[in-house]
Amino acid sequence: MQRLRITYTVSGALRYASNLDQNRVWERAARRAGLPLAYSGGFNPRPRIQIAAALPVSFMAEAEWVDLWLLRSVELQVALEALTTTLPQGLRILGAEEVDLTEPPLPARLQAAVYTVEVEAVIPAAEVHRRVEELLAADSLPRTRRGRAYDLRPLVERLWVEAEGANELALGMALSAQEGATGRPEEVLDALGLGGGFYRVRRQRLLLRPE
Amino acid sequence: MTIPPEPLERILLRVQRPGRYVGGEVNAVHKDWRAASVRVCLAFPDVYELGMSNFGLAILYDILNRMEGVLAERAYAPWPDMVAAMREAGISLYSLESFRPLAQFDIVAFTLPYEVLYTNLLQMLDLAGLPLVSAERDERHPLVIAGGHAAFNPEPMADFVDGFVIGDGEEAIVDVVQAFQSARQADRASQLAALARVPGVYVPRFYDVHYHPDGTIAEVTPNRADAPYPVVRRVVPVLPPPPTRLVVPNIAVAHDRGVVELQRGCTRGCRFCHAGMVTRPVRERPLEEVLQAVEDILQATGYEEIALLSLSSADYSRIGELVTALTERYADQHLSISLPSLRIESFSVDLADGVSRGRRTGFTFAPEAGTERLRGAINKPIPGEQVLEVAREVFRRGWRTVKLYFMLGLPGEEMADVEAIADLVQAVRAEGRQVHHRRAQVNVSLSTFVPKPHTPFQWAGLTPLSDVRARQQVLQQRLRGGGLKISWNNPRITLLEAALSRGDRRLGPVIRRAWEKGACFDGWDEWFDDQAWAAAFAALGLDPAFYAHRERGRAEILPWDHIATGVNKAHLWREWELSRQTTSRPDCRGQCYGCGVLAAFGALWTPAWACPPPADEGGR
Repeated sequence: MQRLRITYTVSGALRYASNLDQNRVWERAARRAGLPLAYSGGFNPRPRIQIAAALPVSFMAEAEWVDLWLLRSVELQVALEALTTTLPQGLRILGAEEVDLTEPPLPARLQAAVYTVEVEAVIPAAEVHRRVEELLAADSLPRTRRGRAYDLRPLVERLWVEAEGANELALGMALSAQEGATGRPEEVLDALGLGGGFYRVRRQRLLLRPE
Repeated sequence: MTIPPEPLERILLRVQRPGRYVGGEVNAVHKDWRAASVRVCLAFPDVYELGMSNFGLAILYDILNRMEGVLAERAYAPWPDMVAAMREAGISLYSLESFRPLAQFDIVAFTLPYEVLYTNLLQMLDLAGLPLVSAERDERHPLVIAGGHAAFNPEPMADFVDGFVIGDGEEAIVDVVQAFQSARQADRASQLAALARVPGVYVPRFYDVHYHPDGTIAEVTPNRADAPYPVVRRVVPVLPPPPTRLVVPNIAVAHDRGVVELQRGCTRGCRFCHAGMVTRPVRERPLEEVLQAVEDILQATGYEEIALLSLSSADYSRIGELVTALTERYADQHLSISLPSLRIESFSVDLADGVSRGRRTGFTFAPEAGTERLRGAINKPIPGEQVLEVAREVFRRGWRTVKLYFMLGLPGEEMADVEAIADLVQAVRAEGRQVHHRRAQVNVSLSTFVPKPHTPFQWAGLTPLSDVRARQQVLQQRLRGGGLKISWNNPRITLLEAALSRGDRRLGPVIRRAWEKGACFDGWDEWFDDQAWAAAFAALGLDPAFYAHRERGRAEILPWDHIATGVNKAHLWREWELSRQTTSRPDCRGQCYGCGVLAAFGALWTPAWACPPPADEGGR
């Protein structure tokens, strides 16, 4: 058995595929590439594919991870080339490495995610800066999402204004990405009074807890 | 180009399942727009997830894109939330490959597999900024053509479609493209004339329909000397090579799998079955070609499931060999093979057992009717004991769920036939419980029979809806309790389907009015707008019952009589009479009944046909 960890970007049409869909996209890409994908046992065998963190529909990403388990070892370069030629537009491989089979699963090590969020500037930049400071200074930010009350503040690790244009601005944010404690960029936009309009989210990177 | 282009990206944030609207699939073909001399948009008037499962469209996409200088792209009906968002943003309906508006194409070719999506065709034309009515379009607009099984009665959509392709599309679409090329500089009237010269193409504008005072048809006459009468269906003598570079969706769709067509046509002669009548003769694909296609599809798509398409899989002459070869070849590759339309016989269980490899989700078969008498009348004679034996075997071999399909309202159905459905279902459940106890499950699907054109039941009336409801209620009451699940369809949608199926040209304005009043996605319970349709029929002074419930006589000219499938009306009438005598006739592989297909298409005969050589055609 071999475990491959692939670093990839998401853009184009693949932005609009759900996490479940992206899983199937990897399965079919691996099958087209002729990689000997491992399957779980049991009544309804599933391919052994693990995406580190679900990417919400419409988000782009600059460096995601997926682990693929193969029945037989395949030379890294060979696997990479085979996959690269068969991926749909919107998935691009940045690199791959072989990972020890005993390493804990990626989702369990996930700690935070860093995003760039572009929004249309509907309010003056100075006001945006003020609201960012205000949000960061708050002790708690009670919100409800899908009928559930929660506190957004502890999920915001960092928040900053990345760029300011005449008609748009870009915010940077590092949000908690642990199970049961996942910060969502749209919620931060809402808390800043910037929600409701057009936004474009790019997940820059995922941060893992050290092993 | 950035995908998705502005301002599409904005509205994609707000709609459900935006993956429907962005293309980008593996094997989608992106040809150079400027290098193409004919640009075709293949349009499917239902949602992406259903359209991507339509095999006819996949065949045409493959054929057209293989042609030098021809480009084919795809468009599907946007869901109502997307329609609203597109209108608000001023975005015209676009193709999923180049994101170009449909109005920029030379030909927009719709697939019409069923009738309850006609309003969506209007919706798509309108969203594309095209005039809805054929007569209001000219050579500046794309040519709008349509094909598919619903096109065998083109009359209800005659106002909106410039030309219908009747029958097999593989060769006809090439001819249509060439006809367009020859007339591309000409005015629309000349383009339509060129189109009408293509065998199998029906240009409604070249025919006039005259009615009797009672609303039945007096006469259909061509209004040009060169308009064919009747229009004879296209038949490909042998199945062309199957498409293998199938477009692989990025999002989950209805039938998310590779498809190889094993054979076209069916020799069983079930009297309710539209497909079985209009796709004759049976043409088999050679075994070697099927095996090669499966291999090519797996390499090109990565699919983990292959469906072997046929109206009756077990009738493929080398089905046993095929299943053995596939299961051996792909034993260690986690490939599922599905065989739709299995007949109720033990051989089917062997086949399904062979391909299932542990994944035993549900075993489906379709007795259609509750009693042997009624099954005989519809020419699907299966002894009741055989149904139980097969069910027993299915449960014994590990399946826990059996799905049974029945139709209510078949011609000649009585309450005893309905009660017998309940008895049969309960007996099947009892068989399941013998093996799996409380884990046995029987799912029952009760559809309502809709008489279809070009079948022996084309003269029959749709059963009154009050009777349909009463029968549904009997079954709801009798089929309660553990291990049973029943589903049925909305009788009002059935009424609409029945009216559209056998409608004439006067329904065009009704369809348009219903769409203007908001009707769309009529086959979807959540969108079906009964009031819009009722108001539309009333406004035009027409009664859906005239089309749906009325039984026709032998002498009546039917709205689709000028469309010839090759199966002649005398044969259909004979079958209708035999049905009323509850007499069935065996599979025509053993004996030719002279349905007319050989007389019409005998010149195309090849040994791959299930029909005897033309000289041996039987008595009529």
